Amino acid sequence: MTIAPERPATTAERAASVSVGERRRSVSLLRATDVYALLGAAAAALSLTWLLFARLLPLSGTIGFLVVAYGLFLGLYGLLVSFDENGPAVRDRLAAVVVQSLGLVMVVALGFVVVFTLWEGRKALPHLNFFTQDMAEAGPLDPLSAGGILHAIVGTLEQITVALALTVPTGMVCAVFLNEVPGRFARFVRTVVEAMTALPSIVAGLFIYATVILALGFDRSGLAASLALAVMMLPIIIRAADVVIRLVPGTLREASYALGTSRWRTVWHVVLPTARSGLTTSVILGTARGIGETSPVLLTAGFTAEINGDPLSGPQVSLPLATFEFVKSPEPTMIARGFGTAAVLMALVLVLFVVARVIGGRGPGQLTRRQEHRRVEASRRDAERFAARSGRPAPRDTPMDTRSE
Amino acid sequence: MTRDTRGTAAQDVPRRLYADPGLPDRVFRGVARGGGGLVLAVMLLVGGFLLYRAWEALSRAGWSFLTTEAWEPDAGRFGIAAVLVGTVLIALVAVAVAVPLAVGGALYISEYAPPRLRRTLISVVDLMAAVPSVVYGLWGLFFFEGKILPTARWIATYLGWIPVFRVDGADPSDPLAPESVYTSSTLVAGVVVALMVAPIACSVMREVFSQAPVGEREGAYALGATRWGMIRSVVLPFGKGGMIGGTMLGLGRALGETIGVYLIISPVFEIQWHVVQSGASSVAALIALRYGEASEFGMSALMAAGLALFLMTLVVNFAASSIVARSRSGAASE
Repeated sequence: MTIAPERPATTAERAASVSVGERRRSVSLLRATDVYALLGAAAAALSLTWLLFARLLPLSGTIGFLVVAYGLFLGLYGLLVSFDENGPAVRDRLAAVVVQSLGLVMVVALGFVVVFTLWEGRKALPHLNFFTQDMAEAGPLDPLSAGGILHAIVGTLEQITVALALTVPTGMVCAVFLNEVPGRFARFVRTVVEAMTALPSIVAGLFIYATVILALGFDRSGLAASLALAVMMLPIIIRAADVVIRLVPGTLREASYALGTSRWRTVWHVVLPTARSGLTTSVILGTARGIGETSPVLLTAGFTAEINGDPLSGPQVSLPLATFEFVKSPEPTMIARGFGTAAVLMALVLVLFVVARVIGGRGPGQLTRRQEHRRVEASRRDAERFAARSGRPAPRDTPMDTRSE
Repeated sequence: MTRDTRGTAAQDVPRRLYADPGLPDRVFRGVARGGGGLVLAVMLLVGGFLLYRAWEALSRAGWSFLTTEAWEPDAGRFGIAAVLVGTVLIALVAVAVAVPLAVGGALYISEYAPPRLRRTLISVVDLMAAVPSVVYGLWGLFFFEGKILPTARWIATYLGWIPVFRVDGADPSDPLAPESVYTSSTLVAGVVVALMVAPIACSVMREVFSQAPVGEREGAYALGATRWGMIRSVVLPFGKGGMIGGTMLGLGRALGETIGVYLIISPVFEIQWHVVQSGASSVAALIALRYGEASEFGMSALMAAGLALFLMTLVVNFAASSIVARSRSGAASE
């Protein structure tokens, strides 16, 4: 705000001020007039819109008010700036305002969705029984102090565990295959996997429903839901893992081959450890997608109000499915439970996401201090082992040095 | 002269290179191929089984499957004309709302945001892409639907002369007219889906924008461009492929979205062009609605609908990836 006086108008003036004594100049691009124009346009637009809505025109509604005010604000701001700037500068200012407000609208709208869910869930969440009981004893009319979502939490955890047990080994082997055994077949598999990422989740559910439940005659169960989730998650995880493995520098691989290492040792000791953090991230993000999916579970898991720890038999409900069933009820307490369940689900996704960020914040090959320490220790042990075999003492200070051999 | 070199090349046949990889390597290759083959088998099984089960319904309905609006498989009258149009309309509304937000958000994060805020914003947007769709559905059902009523009425009153915005049965001159004609509409469902796909499109676009070459940016500034001038002449042309690809990716997600749509719409089985009017339809919601009561043949019809949806998202996704791959920014933006 107080930048304008510090900014000399001409070169001569600047030269003078430098000669008097070095003053720290501000390099900020923001000038006081910009701020005044912005504030003035905002104030004018708000008052004008109020005048239109309250006095002149038969308009009403919050959204309409905001739209009209924003349009007026853009017009007025452009007018104010055009008093002392030329065309390109006016367009630059307007574009800056539009882009920043679009970005703001997006982040605020998305943040509002989350905050709204948490806020509506505040009635259900403080009750401890919400986390320790199932809904077997509680009916729709019971207060929030009875019943809970333990059955859904157990169901979600079991289903996602089984789905991960199916997808992680298969997905990792497939991603390794796509990168390490290249050829026509690998290209074909990659194309098919990319196509399957387009599979709508409801169709994955429909597939398991038609095969496992209708054709093979199994009951709806947690296992069927896990299979549906696995079909949905598999292409997502493979694709993410494929990208991560592709980022492993080719020089590392070539160095390993040059030392005479076989393919699988290269994969096991060079490629996978290098890509480990990225692979973990891809698995965790796939998990976050799978945990929140309702539609495959809706078709395959059935619905129950009781806790069911056995994924092999009997219906088993998960968190998103429980949310969905709760809010279909017209009772306010059930809707509050639905929001509470959604809040728990979101907290779970958030935890997974933060874990993914902490693990996957580094690129391949970048190590934490502890990992680096461990690696140095390992190579020192190797050096001692080599030294013990050759019958000479290990060099103390330079463990990687091979001149002593 | 060329013949000469060919002659010498013919005598010097390239030798077949063969290195014995050893048993462990052969086992490794076998396991990797097996894993790839297993995944391939599962994926082809899904597609093949869908086609196989859908075949019965498709062969009985013939081309009328694409033109019939009603969904009564057991009476022999069923088709995806209404649900397919409904799906596309919801997806178009979603894309129309989401793309400006996504482009604005991506430009803000990559060009305008202070560097300290940038990492946080990237995380927030990526997190939003992982928020379960049922959460967005709840927001749409319990908050947004009520808030949009005055706007919907305003659109129907003043823009009703545009066929898409007309609302049958609405009477603007009657203040006591029921507002239920404006609820559960394509518009509401579209906006909810838009919030779901905006972060996905935004993160693709941001990735591409931030890869615009620094040299060209500085060149634009050196020629006296303003920041917006630089964005228009460097960042946007560079990121065009990514913008289209991100949009298509969002469109693919919007087409397949189930629960967020299912919670909001009240399904109708006729082609409903009026986006503000109550009543909408989508293929995914149709499957979620009818799978439980479906007969053997009804199941086959639902499979056919699922197959049609899958083919549509498949085309959109392949188009997206080929556009992204062919664009200048595509090589690095995978």
